[in-house]
Amino acid sequence: MDSLIVQALNGLASASSLFLVAAGLTVIFGVSRIVNFAHGSLYMLGAYLGWTLTSHGPLAELGGFFGFWGGVLLAALATGLIGAAIEFLLLRRIYRAPELFQLLATFAVVLVVQDIALLIWGPQDLLGPRAPLLRGATEILGLRFPRYELFLICVGPVMLGLLWLLFHRTRFGILLRAATQDREMVAALGVDQRRLFTSVFALGSALAGLAGALQLPREAVNLHMDMAVIVEAFVIVVIGGLGSLGGAFLAALLIGELHAFGILVFPRITLVLAFLVMAAVLVLRPHGLLGRKPSGLLPAAVPSPPLPRAPRWLVQAGAVALVLLVVLPPFLGDYALSVMADMAMMVLFAASLHLIMGPGGMASFGHAAYFGAGAYGAALLAKHFAAPMEVGLVFAPFAAGIVGLVFGWFCVRLSGVYSAMLTLAFAQIAWSTAFQWVEVTGGDNGILGVWPSEWARGKLVFWYLALALCGLGVVLLRRLLYAPFGMALRAQRDSPLRAEAIGIDTLRVRWVGFAIAAAAAGMAGALFAYGKGSVFPSFLGIPRSVDALVMVLLGGVQTVLGPLLGAVAYSGLQEQLVRISDLWRLVLGVAILALVLFFPGGLAGALRRREDDRA
Amino acid sequence: MLRVDGLHAHYGRAHILHGVSLDVAQGEVVCLLGRNGAGKSTTMKAIMGVVPPSAGQVLLDGKDLAGRASFEIARAGIGYVPEDRRIFAELTVEENLEVGRRAAPAGSQGWNPERAYTLFPVLAEMRRRPGGRMSGGEQQMLTIARTLMGNPRLLLLDEPSEGLAPVVVERMAEAILALKREGLSILLSEQNLAFANAVADRACLIETGQLRHTASMAALMADDEVRARYLSV
Ligand SMILES: Nc1ncnc2c1ncn2[C@@H]1O[C@H](COP(=O)(O)OP(=O)(O)O)[C@@H](O)[C@H]1O
Ligand SMILES: [Mg+2]
Repeated sequence: MDSLIVQALNGLASASSLFLVAAGLTVIFGVSRIVNFAHGSLYMLGAYLGWTLTSHGPLAELGGFFGFWGGVLLAALATGLIGAAIEFLLLRRIYRAPELFQLLATFAVVLVVQDIALLIWGPQDLLGPRAPLLRGATEILGLRFPRYELFLICVGPVMLGLLWLLFHRTRFGILLRAATQDREMVAALGVDQRRLFTSVFALGSALAGLAGALQLPREAVNLHMDMAVIVEAFVIVVIGGLGSLGGAFLAALLIGELHAFGILVFPRITLVLAFLVMAAVLVLRPHGLLGRKPSGLLPAAVPSPPLPRAPRWLVQAGAVALVLLVVLPPFLGDYALSVMADMAMMVLFAASLHLIMGPGGMASFGHAAYFGAGAYGAALLAKHFAAPMEVGLVFAPFAAGIVGLVFGWFCVRLSGVYSAMLTLAFAQIAWSTAFQWVEVTGGDNGILGVWPSEWARGKLVFWYLALALCGLGVVLLRRLLYAPFGMALRAQRDSPLRAEAIGIDTLRVRWVGFAIAAAAAGMAGALFAYGKGSVFPSFLGIPRSVDALVMVLLGGVQTVLGPLLGAVAYSGLQEQLVRISDLWRLVLGVAILALVLFFPGGLAGALRRREDDRA
Repeated sequence: MLRVDGLHAHYGRAHILHGVSLDVAQGEVVCLLGRNGAGKSTTMKAIMGVVPPSAGQVLLDGKDLAGRASFEIARAGIGYVPEDRRIFAELTVEENLEVGRRAAPAGSQGWNPERAYTLFPVLAEMRRRPGGRMSGGEQQMLTIARTLMGNPRLLLLDEPSEGLAPVVVERMAEAILALKREGLSILLSEQNLAFANAVADRACLIETGQLRHTASMAALMADDEVRARYLSV
């Protein structure tokens, strides 16, 4: 009983900082409609800055009450300034770009901040100071409870109150709420949106920074804080309802407590619990606990141009490339061959995601789930049934396709950001299963010894195998696009109502499209597993899902060729960067930013623009 | 006061306005008349910068505003009341007015909520009500009041009588006449000829994105042929 109370209070304390992060995220999203992946990075920066300010320099020398709390507040303010700078220098330029492009830009910021933090603070965990006045524990009902936790428990509701006052009692807050509903009208009434956006980023970032700095006495600062917290914050914002502060508060409490008690009750599946709750909430209340259906004032999606047929020169270039890919490899070394085989798999992986995102008009933040499902499907067969590669390669697309059918059934029922978040949630569930179900999946150690059959062991043969299977997959996906099914898919994307009117079952079309994409990703995953000889939970992790997103967006969603170029460019760039530089994230992030700013149509878009100019 | 010259506008690739030119004198009420889809709303949006004009000039007191951001155009003194009203549904009446509020130019009598409530007394009774829970007529009054809070010198009113009950339409006409008496210049768009006749001095007839005919309101009412050509459906 006693431990239950302590655990409940623990949950409340975590809920407070989760709420601060989620509040910032939801406020920024409400006004700018940007899903800020970098919000977790701002949280991490807040923690690092807080650490520096409280342990070095004048405030640290001052020490005591003002030293610590001054440091925490300054860290929050500095993070707010950094957020404003990010908005001012980067995001302001891409407000008109498609939603996912903005996401890509904020993800690039994540990469850049990772390496900058590594450069400044190093890879080791940093321990922060204790909070003055709040050291030690207090007795409550005969139980000793850390004072700092009690303090944190109060921070959440107090901040909720302060934010409520800000939003309802100040002109700035009223403008923010108005802009959340109809930005264009706010501008027509003479309000300078740019200033509003910059200040909302400053506000949201300061909240994240405050949350990060307040963690100092509780846990060590490290480079993994950003991803860990952003996923939780997404979950909370989605459960609570996008743009709803009260919802975020409720959801933070729910998730905080879920973690606290999950550890006691279901230690094996704590990671899954939060996501299961999110999936359940979204299915029951598609706009979150307190969220409302976004008003019809949002600009409708820009109608995409019809899928272009490949121009003649492109077909010829493709044929030449294919010949080279067949003829050259015997002259290449093993390293080059395995890099190329990986690229081929990434091309299929990206092409499969493209089916969902381009023609399907849905977003998937969790496409790695299907890649991993294929990989684990093959590996489990090999481990438990000693199945040969041929069987594994046939089985993997089915395994992934079935996972896609199950997850997709939920995802295709929601729209926009909510659907994207649900895909992320399912991917996390898949990841947690692989990570925590040690008896079957080997947990963190993965499954080793997933080797190709004897005849395909040579790098050259394996390359031809990868080329053939991935090539076949890509060609099939492409043919599908121009087949009646592909037209139905595009029709439901461009005008669901009209598509329904001519007898297309839009839900079903999306569902089938989702499953087909999953199956193709599963094929890529299985090949990847045989190429590496092993599978690990990271195959299903968020970074791999993000890889897929980046590849598709980098190439351009609106063409069939785009994802292929994007996959080659991205995986090639990453491979090379990892080899030549420790700071590959920084370089990659800056490269992505440059692309987003200068080629908003992706690589294929840039190619096509040249084509148009010539015509 | 306002002079629009050769205004062109596009929605994506669709060319909608083909060189609209018109002017509004100080204290004058000019009415844009035309059938559904003629381009009345687009003209207003292009003046306001909500749809950026692709060519042409929008001169307010001689200063060209074409191509500016809409917040700058609002600050220059043009107030815009869109036809779909675009009330902030989750904000209360008071808060909606607050969004529109801007300091009045020195020396002029500025608008404040109390003054707006004397123009539209209904609003005073529902200061705390969210905009989403008001009737169409009440929302129309609120959207006009909200724009007035920015102390515009020229008001763009897009179909203020659309979808309103006859009594409310009458009240609306009275309010517009009251604003006119105070010297506000107004460019209005209408399909309701009787309403236009009650408030406007002059009419501009628009068809397929081009201005076809300009006449005083009285002359237009006397000219059956022109009305039949541009307005009858
Ligand atoms: N958002 C839009 N996108 C594309 N075309 C539009 C849009 N709004 C209006 N149009 C087209 O522009 C033309 C003029 O419309 P509008 O200015 O609203 O006419 P009015 O206000 O006179 O009824 C119409 O043909 C209409 O179909
Ligand atoms: Mg209209």
